[in-house]
Amino acid sequence: MSSQKLSAIPNVVTPNAPVIFNPDICNGCNICVEVCQIDVFIPNPEKGKPPIILHPDECWYGGCCVNDCPRPGAITFNWPLQQRGYWKNKATGEIHQI
Amino acid sequence: MSTWHDYFKEQGHAPDWPYPIRFDQEQEIDADVLVIGGGIAGCWAAISAARQGLNVVLAEKGDTVRSGAGGPGCDHWCDVPANPLSNVDPDEWARHMAERPYCNGIGLQIQCRENYDTLLELEQMGGKVRDSGDEYVGAQGRDEKTKFMISPRYTKVHSYVPVDEKTEGKIFASNPEGKLNNVVIRVWGSTFKPVLKKECQRLGVKIFDRVMMTSLLTENGAQGARVVGATGLNSRTGEFMIFKSKSTILATSGAGSIWLISTELGGYCNMMSRTIAGDGTAMAWKAGAELTTMESTGIVRIAVGYKHKWYTGAGDASYENVPIVDANGKRVPFPIQGWVDAGYMVPSPEVEQAVREGILKGEYALPFYGDFPAMPEVERNATWKLMLGEESTTKVITKTFNDAGYDPSRDLLQSYRYIEGNSLAQWREASYGGGILVDWDLKTSLEGLYAAGTQMFSPEDHSYAAATGRYAGRKAAAYARQVGEPQISREQAVLEKARVYAPVKRSSGMEWKELHAGIARAMQYYCSEFKTESLLNMGLGTLRKIEEESVPLLFALDPHKLMRSLEDLSLLTYAQIVTHASLARKASSIPLNFQRIDYPALDPPEWRKYLTLKLENGKVKAGELPLAFWGDMKNQYEARNKDYTGVYKGK
Repeated sequence: MSSQKLSAIPNVVTPNAPVIFNPDICNGCNICVEVCQIDVFIPNPEKGKPPIILHPDECWYGGCCVNDCPRPGAITFNWPLQQRGYWKNKATGEIHQI
Repeated sequence: MSTWHDYFKEQGHAPDWPYPIRFDQEQEIDADVLVIGGGIAGCWAAISAARQGLNVVLAEKGDTVRSGAGGPGCDHWCDVPANPLSNVDPDEWARHMAERPYCNGIGLQIQCRENYDTLLELEQMGGKVRDSGDEYVGAQGRDEKTKFMISPRYTKVHSYVPVDEKTEGKIFASNPEGKLNNVVIRVWGSTFKPVLKKECQRLGVKIFDRVMMTSLLTENGAQGARVVGATGLNSRTGEFMIFKSKSTILATSGAGSIWLISTELGGYCNMMSRTIAGDGTAMAWKAGAELTTMESTGIVRIAVGYKHKWYTGAGDASYENVPIVDANGKRVPFPIQGWVDAGYMVPSPEVEQAVREGILKGEYALPFYGDFPAMPEVERNATWKLMLGEESTTKVITKTFNDAGYDPSRDLLQSYRYIEGNSLAQWREASYGGGILVDWDLKTSLEGLYAAGTQMFSPEDHSYAAATGRYAGRKAAAYARQVGEPQISREQAVLEKARVYAPVKRSSGMEWKELHAGIARAMQYYCSEFKTESLLNMGLGTLRKIEEESVPLLFALDPHKLMRSLEDLSLLTYAQIVTHASLARKASSIPLNFQRIDYPALDPPEWRKYLTLKLENGKVKAGELPLAFWGDMKNQYEARNKDYTGVYKGK
């Protein structure tokens, strides 16, 4: 850690990752880049790699990137913490959150 | 991981802009019919005009495959009284819907006459509109013969609100026995947008995706003259586009987040996406088109970034057939929004008050829940899988819940009603209500310019966008056939090009989010709950100051941010129009959600009229139209559509 070179970079915009890509499943087809109506993503400069999330703060969580992904598990929806929904098991009363 | 920061850390530099940069370059495109906006209305307009064999060009800010408010999906085909299971006459239903004050009777008549044909055409294209796989056998409203799924919505009353004495229990002449109206069909809307794009392509429509339109071009560049084209910006390359067209159809939406932006949840401040910035209305205004009802606003109840994204039942939206229970499982007397109390979505003020008092007295324990497990299995599936599973942004929400382990047959879904608080009066929206004035051809007040869908004043739902888009396409094509070659003004295009590129000529100053937030704050202060002549004038002054002092500081580092910056300028124009319209109405109004403290009289007879506004020689000119200015809906429609041939039979 002590020898690590650090760049000076601005704060990370939050939420920063409206989706999470699984690089083992995603083949970089970029369908998600195209179906997003607000261009949250850009293609990865390296072909075959998951897109880069460039505008996470503009995401309206419309979900087309996830709905239209041809490779199940390649892209997972990731709600901002403050938006994650709750439910309750009717029989046990146990509370869950996404 | 693939966030920008991951990339930066791994590579030690920012990624290069992935698209070619073409700032200052121009492309010129000729069209018979130009469609601006490739959402539901725009696609239908393009399809309908292309069927006439014309050269049709469609420009869309996102990608037509999933763009627009109905891009991800759509759950209901509303007001489709011409369907074979309906028990009311389409013209009577249209008239009934048009009894609501400040609605658009022209659009409603077109919707009720033509949206069933539109639905059948959608099916021809490959959209799913019936339960052909027998997934919902036994669900109430499912018809075995047609396999249509009738929704409980509007089956007894038409309104979201159950307290409208005028319409409650209304007996229609065409439905004297008071059978269920059956005027809404549940659909598999997530299949719609891709087939619409495909149909556009099949018919030879030239689609320009990722092109934000920035202005309308008029004959000799004159305000109020015939519209002969438009300009656009490619939001990936920065290329400037000049379109020349014989007729033009505006099919963008109203403005979304004028009153509200959370700078880190930019796309989250409205039910609709950031792209909905009122561009079409702003460009029509500048070209001199007449607008109406711009003083009407609503209050954003969900999805503002500060509140939960989703409808959660408990009387805050569509949760069909789902009983609401309190934290102890006690039934809360909210409408079930289903067959039992069909058409009711919002509790009456009395019920609302009783529940609130009950909470404070400990009679009902928070939070409330949607009791999905209590529902019959087939109805639960029809609500969770079909209705919520096919609706626009809720499609991915249900998937996310399912993936996280939620099981509607076992689990109660939490409601955020009460625990998240009420929306502030300053969290307003302009998306529904104001818009462009149209005639029976859906022509605007400008020659050569048509409008459809939510671009028009007082729009309705998805099927309305489809039917009016299809209709506007027909009429705009007929006009294009008989009109001469358009001549664009080079000078007008050059001036617009300079306006468009101004923010990229600077590399520091004010970024789009700050400008947006500044506009929103001005509107919160001066054009919100407390409206007076003096506050509204202060609002105009503040917006002018923003225009004169902040806009010249606006900077954009790439084509995408340039698009967002130009959207801000649309929002600024839209905010000014709303403020002018608010000054023009010197009375308060319940249906317009409009309160003037200096003119407190509610809907006095002399103010029951549409107010219109337009720019004439750069000056705001107000006018008015009587309610129901469209005349006899059936006769007017029929007089202009003698050649209408119903469901498309061509190739």
